[in-house]
Amino acid sequence: MKVLEIKSLNTYYGESHILRDIDLTVNSGEMVCLIGRNGVGKTTLLKSLIGLLKPKKGEINFNGNSLIRKEPHQRAKSGMAYVPQGREIIPYLTVEENLLIGLEALPGGLIKNNKIDNIVFELFPILKDFLNRKGGDLSGGQQQQLAIARALLGKPKLLLLDEPTEGIQPNIVLDIENAIKTIIKEKNISVLLVEQHLHFVRQANKYYVMQRGGIVASGSTSELSQDVIDKFLSV
Amino acid sequence: MDLFFDILFEGISIGSVLLIAALGLAIVFGLMGVINLAHGELIMVGAYSTFVTQLIFKQPFLKPFYGSYIIVSIFVAFIFSACVGILLERLIIRKLYGSPLETLLATWGVSLLLQQFVRSIPLAIGPGIIITFISGISIKNIVNTKFTNYAQKKYIDLSIWVFSVFLGIISTNSIALNISRLSRADSRNVDVTAPKWMRGPIEIFGETFPKTRLWIIFITLTSVIVVLIFLNLSEWGLRIRAVTQNRSMSECLGLSTKKVDTLTFALGSGLAGVAGVAVSLLGSVGPNVGQNYIVPCFMVVVLGGVGNLIGTVIASFGIGIMTDLIGAGRLISIWPDMPNALANIVNFFATTSMARVMIFTLIIVFLQFKPSGLFPQKGRMVES
Repeated sequence: MKVLEIKSLNTYYGESHILRDIDLTVNSGEMVCLIGRNGVGKTTLLKSLIGLLKPKKGEINFNGNSLIRKEPHQRAKSGMAYVPQGREIIPYLTVEENLLIGLEALPGGLIKNNKIDNIVFELFPILKDFLNRKGGDLSGGQQQQLAIARALLGKPKLLLLDEPTEGIQPNIVLDIENAIKTIIKEKNISVLLVEQHLHFVRQANKYYVMQRGGIVASGSTSELSQDVIDKFLSV
Repeated sequence: MDLFFDILFEGISIGSVLLIAALGLAIVFGLMGVINLAHGELIMVGAYSTFVTQLIFKQPFLKPFYGSYIIVSIFVAFIFSACVGILLERLIIRKLYGSPLETLLATWGVSLLLQQFVRSIPLAIGPGIIITFISGISIKNIVNTKFTNYAQKKYIDLSIWVFSVFLGIISTNSIALNISRLSRADSRNVDVTAPKWMRGPIEIFGETFPKTRLWIIFITLTSVIVVLIFLNLSEWGLRIRAVTQNRSMSECLGLSTKKVDTLTFALGSGLAGVAGVAVSLLGSVGPNVGQNYIVPCFMVVVLGGVGNLIGTVIASFGIGIMTDLIGAGRLISIWPDMPNALANIVNFFATTSMARVMIFTLIIVFLQFKPSGLFPQKGRMVES
């Protein structure tokens, strides 16, 4: 079953044409990886999906609804969660408050839901110790865990992850990878991932390669050949 | 010792007026970053709504409750100013987020508009507009939650607004018919007289204090505490803090930032209205009353550290005490054997307006050394 279907999506930054006719599908319970060199439009694609950028043309179908005219908060409420590059933790809120804001995507929002699901503490035990610290005082890796936890609390159907392992110490990278695998297995959440770590990329079901704002190759990751990697990824 | 208490009381008294006036701005400018030059006029709207409430309470059917009009007027002023604030945010400021210069000019224009409004339009129309607005919005909210899927939504909306305008006209008319002072335009200053239980002196620990001043301090402190509790402990407070710190991410997490912006602005404007009640107790109120407060308000917020409510509280009491020290020539009473030359300088600054000059100079000097105010934001997140 298709969770997300993008058809010929075109996004502009002012006059410059960034995304050119993107087609992409994510099926239910699937982890899809978006790869490509820097500056090819991967982050732009995720931002267009969550609604921070307004595409000029194209369609975004999510769970059978068209999202193209929706505001970001409506998209979040319809079950899409976004973990941006640079984490975007709300700096002067405590870890607990940051997590509470994650509940906002549930029906009824923060007012009707005020319990932080214990699953996030099982996935990221460190957050439990830091509940009363300011979000901005955490290290990069801890912030990343917080950002993923915050996104999960809205019980999303699709998780958009933008370079979750960028600039993070290796042992936390493994924690994050394992957490994401657990989520997919147990919660049946689909994941659209932008990633540079090949090790992580290989654990996805499908890959899409981007170059100059378009999709140039795609397929099952088991068939991701060294050729493709050399051609589109190595600098 | 007497002198010390005198300075402390006078200082806190001046400071509390500053604080109540700046509290709304601390939210609008400090948290949201909107330079709202119409803040002074929102204070004026609050003061005028106190005046209108007072006149309404002079009507025969409300006469027995006249003593309580000031309490009612706090809520009335909050609601009136908040409504004006909502209109201002929805119609003008929302379109200008991210462009501070344009916001500054536009809100200055609005401030002139509001001043002229109270000068040349009968005051009875004000409550009419507010009642139209409130009934329109609230009926719409009730109806929309029940019949969202009706195809005739447009007609329902239209009839709601027609009904609300009708309601507004009726209330304007009934106010204008019963209270002749409100039925024609009048650019003279108006006077609000405090009810009996708020006037006169009161004796505490052998010292006499004017009751009005004490009540203003009380209103200020209550407002500060309510605002702090609201911002730090309520769900809406959490939403406001999230949006003011990271707008786009809050939006991505499912927060309707537009709603939160409107609510934050309404809160700040409403507090300006409460300040208007306090200001109206101090003296007569004219269309220009807001102009006296707007610059000191910005000074207080900047001095306290933008985005820090506690900083605003301390800055306004600090400025209050300094104003009293300089403006009342207290330094000479503290140090009577002061050399003549120094005493002349102190005397030169010992008037209200010269004290203001001195205070602003000191603040400017202070900001040279600490540009982000008394309590700048600290921590790992500041650098990024």
